Amino acid sequence: MPIHSEFDTIAALRGALRDHKVSALEVAESALQAIEANASLNAFLQVDPQLTLDQARAADALLSSGQAPALAGIPIAHKDVFVTRGWRTTAASKMLDGYVSPFDATVVARLQQAGAVSLGKLNCDEFAMGSGNENSAFGPARNPWNPDTVPGGSSGGSAAAVAAGLVQAATGTDTGGSVRQPAALCGVSGIKPTYGTVSRFGMVAFGSSLDQAGPIARNALDLVELLDPMSGFDERDSTSLQSCDGAANQAGRIRNEFDAAAAQHKAAGARPLEGLRIGVPEEFFNEGLADNVAQAVENALKTCESLGARRVGISLPRTRLSIPAYYVIAPAEASSNLSRYDGVRYGHRAQTYTDLADMTSRSRAEGFGPEVRRRILVGTYVLCHGYYDAYYLQAQRVRRMIANDFQQAFAGQCDVIMGPVTPTVAKRIGDNREDPTADWLADIYTLGVSLAGLPAMSIPCGFSADASPLPIGLQIIGNYFREGQLLAIADSFQQATDWHQRKPEQK
Amino acid sequence: MAITDQDVTRVARLARIALSSEDSARAQEELNGILSLIEQLQAVDTTGIEPMAHPLSAHQDIALRLRDDKAAGAHTLEQRQALMANSPSGTEQGLFLVPTVIE
Repeated sequence: MPIHSEFDTIAALRGALRDHKVSALEVAESALQAIEANASLNAFLQVDPQLTLDQARAADALLSSGQAPALAGIPIAHKDVFVTRGWRTTAASKMLDGYVSPFDATVVARLQQAGAVSLGKLNCDEFAMGSGNENSAFGPARNPWNPDTVPGGSSGGSAAAVAAGLVQAATGTDTGGSVRQPAALCGVSGIKPTYGTVSRFGMVAFGSSLDQAGPIARNALDLVELLDPMSGFDERDSTSLQSCDGAANQAGRIRNEFDAAAAQHKAAGARPLEGLRIGVPEEFFNEGLADNVAQAVENALKTCESLGARRVGISLPRTRLSIPAYYVIAPAEASSNLSRYDGVRYGHRAQTYTDLADMTSRSRAEGFGPEVRRRILVGTYVLCHGYYDAYYLQAQRVRRMIANDFQQAFAGQCDVIMGPVTPTVAKRIGDNREDPTADWLADIYTLGVSLAGLPAMSIPCGFSADASPLPIGLQIIGNYFREGQLLAIADSFQQATDWHQRKPEQK
Repeated sequence: MAITDQDVTRVARLARIALSSEDSARAQEELNGILSLIEQLQAVDTTGIEPMAHPLSAHQDIALRLRDDKAAGAHTLEQRQALMANSPSGTEQGLFLVPTVIE
């Protein structure tokens, strides 16, 4: 068992590091060993002990100097869509096999600046397209609760690594649910912040009006530790926001709001959520929802009520339409973003070809996996002259209606929205392989939030009754820029429950 | 409205993805399945609704930030070499190698 997993929170591990009870080097070495012992999970695509141990030694130097930044020595890892110096960046695609970036993504640089030690690069769905990690060119990551099931996706390796205790926290990205869904299926906590709050510079692009980075960790407190330094304006990302409702978009914004909300909860004593209005959308509890998930979410809502919150029935009438709207917009943007892979400057190039156009077409056919090819073809189709209005613009109009539905709920009815993250617990690896759109339908509860650009998180709220119990997640959706509020609510929930403390059997 | 094999050929050419005839047949079937899923959008009355390109436009007036139109600092030769080191074909005199385009 790695050293860091003896500590429930980053703050506790930080205390031990600062008191020199453990060194960053010892923590990193034990994490590397745990990763090796759990290689069958296929959570990591690359580890490089030398790079990791160098970072750990640097953290120890800072810890000795008494000038250590907040995350000095904390073991984390990055989804392989964040470019990194040293470690290869593949986006889990054969297209980028062997690619080494000459620079670090802003998220990577900021976490390193905060002292975090990177254990390497995490498996995911190819170019973040998928919800089971089965679309990785390097084989699926496995769910630590039951290795025959998927860890979710696309940030499957991130959730699996945190659930298995291989790292204290990990980065992920969420385009249509790719942080929340794997967090739910692996029994860990994850947050997708408001669109534009975290820089996407150095994040391999998928759907640019949707993509947003977010952390995965064991609990809400640790999410604050990561998300706060990750977020902030970056001039190198044209969608990066300079201000969030008047507050500067910089480190401290989310922590300050969290601290204020947490203090308020604490002052309320046994009823920390007193006065909170929780909107529960009827469309999130439709016939597609499995009984065990419905029951766990219902119990979580009851817990929130016992903590003082009030439940309000709301309607998000276009929930079902978020599936077709998303699966027009995301592929359209993907087809545009992925046009950069031409086999010329970087990426895979075919061995044989007749001319330049043939070289590009063959390189792309060979380099992209089936799901990526499929989405590029769909995206190209809906952007074609003659279909652009009927599909793409129509999807964008429906997108606005979906976003307006959320705004209507937040305007007078509720402060946050809660519901399930997924219709079922993790499926078995290999299921749904015949029908490529079957998995898409299971994204129904996460897509609307992504289309609207809202912040949302997933926290553990129960388990299935299987012989190998599988985790169930509770989704908490907030209004724009209310990350601190969401995290404080999640923290109050976690103070009253122990779902987040359960761990799969460790090696 | 179903996607024909000519549609698949056209889309694959636009997307620069080489498809074998077997791939094309499968792609046609899959695209038709996907089309039937996204067809639902056609039934929605969106009269008077502006297409939403930026998600925060539901919350505030927002436009993408433009940077000043001036050159960024020059990169060193080493930085250029690091950028070009990922070329799949190697480079020559700071140039990427591609098949002949003009004889």
